[in-house]
Amino acid sequence: MSGLKVEGLGFSYGAKRALDGVSFDVAEGAFCALLGPNGAGKSTLFALLTRLFTTAEGRIEIAGHDIARSPRKALARIGVVFQQPTLDLGLSVRRNLRYFAALHGLAGREAEARIEAALERLGMAARADERARDLNGGHRRRTEIARALIHRPAVLLLDEPTVGLDAEARRAITGHVHDLCTEDGLTALWATHLTDEVRPDDRLVILHRGRVRADGIARQIAGEAGLTDRFLEITGGPE
Amino acid sequence: MKPLLIALTAIVTREALRFAQQRERFIAALVRPLVWLLVFAAGFRAALGLSIIAPYQTYITYETYIVPGLCGMILLFNGMQSSLSLVYDREMGSMRLLLTSPLPRWWLLLCKILAGTVISILQCYVFLAIAAALGIAMPPAGYILVLPALLVAGLMLGALGVALSSFIRQLENFAGVMNFVIFPMFFLSTALYPLWRMAESSELLRDICAANPFTHAVELIRFALYGQFNGMALVWTLLAACVFLGLAIRGYDPGRGLVRRKG
Repeated sequence: MSGLKVEGLGFSYGAKRALDGVSFDVAEGAFCALLGPNGAGKSTLFALLTRLFTTAEGRIEIAGHDIARSPRKALARIGVVFQQPTLDLGLSVRRNLRYFAALHGLAGREAEARIEAALERLGMAARADERARDLNGGHRRRTEIARALIHRPAVLLLDEPTVGLDAEARRAITGHVHDLCTEDGLTALWATHLTDEVRPDDRLVILHRGRVRADGIARQIAGEAGLTDRFLEITGGPE
Repeated sequence: MKPLLIALTAIVTREALRFAQQRERFIAALVRPLVWLLVFAAGFRAALGLSIIAPYQTYITYETYIVPGLCGMILLFNGMQSSLSLVYDREMGSMRLLLTSPLPRWWLLLCKILAGTVISILQCYVFLAIAAALGIAMPPAGYILVLPALLVAGLMLGALGVALSSFIRQLENFAGVMNFVIFPMFFLSTALYPLWRMAESSELLRDICAANPFTHAVELIRFALYGQFNGMALVWTLLAACVFLGLAIRGYDPGRGLVRRKG
């Protein structure tokens, strides 16, 4: 079964075409990198996947739920890490997570147990009572990933989650998300414009000017040239 | 039903915690009506004579007249402040977190409005307490009876704020809200002068004041403070609340409103 399925998705901002016939599907428990330069349409795609926008063109299925027909069921199955930081910096890590749990209808002992487990999973349990403001960028991101796991989603969407982080924090976070896929069976869609975040065995979708330009296993797409050169070749040419 | 109540409690608690951390915001919200009460009213009491009008049964001082209007001012400014924070939240991303919750979106927006209203009501009571300490007291029962009036008025103005936030493209455009919403709404109402006073200068202005939902919110508060029920004001305020809430829900509809903009 597909963890995430996108079929013929299109979206325009007025006359500007942001997405055009985008189709791909990600198997359950797979890590899929969505690689594209700035302006490729990644954030628009994420806005559609999280139902911040809707479109009449195409179809999105999340863990078997059509987002247009059963939006609440679909939203209940996704965990999102947005590009923009979304932590309340004045609140502690735990309070931030409690707030999110409540937005999914979770409270009391069950919420506390899930918060504890999610923080433990991301190695953030010791920082639970610190204010979000006092955490470094890497730890804030880890907190956001932990938060996205509380309601036990089937699909994790991460929109350029390593922006502004140093190399070590980037590697740690990429590793954490890969582990979530292999160990916990989570499906992850990881949007990035950095080729070094893609592992050779990862599923890879390259998006450019609103269209899918390559779809397959990263190693095969990269070929002899290496992923960076191949990516530049695909995205650097004229329309 | 339980998940809806859990979300409501969390959103109200979050707003209260944020407010508790922003003491300057609390003080600023109180200073504004107090300046009007102590400075503006002192200057105008001599210039503006007031006749006996309902719900008052005797001549009153100008300071007493403007207290309900200043409660309305607290609700109005807080409603707009919430709108400002929503635009900021949307730009910063935390509004996205709220909107991607699987709970019904209309409920999430209502919770957000209610959370802001609870904070506004708290401020109104502190303001009323300071006014009482300064000798501008209402009948004791009025302090309890005004609670539902403050709630309805706060919800109406909060819904207006959320509706506006869905139409404001950027934070910088907020100055326009001050000029085109807050000031006209406040000055073209019965907050500072009764309708008959306005009619003396212009019938048209009087009609505009009479149609202004803020006028009805202020009158609802005024009558409630004196233990009286103003049905017409309640109907108008509720009607405006429903319209603004409808606009807010439409504004945050993923298929329609300005939330669709690229961001």
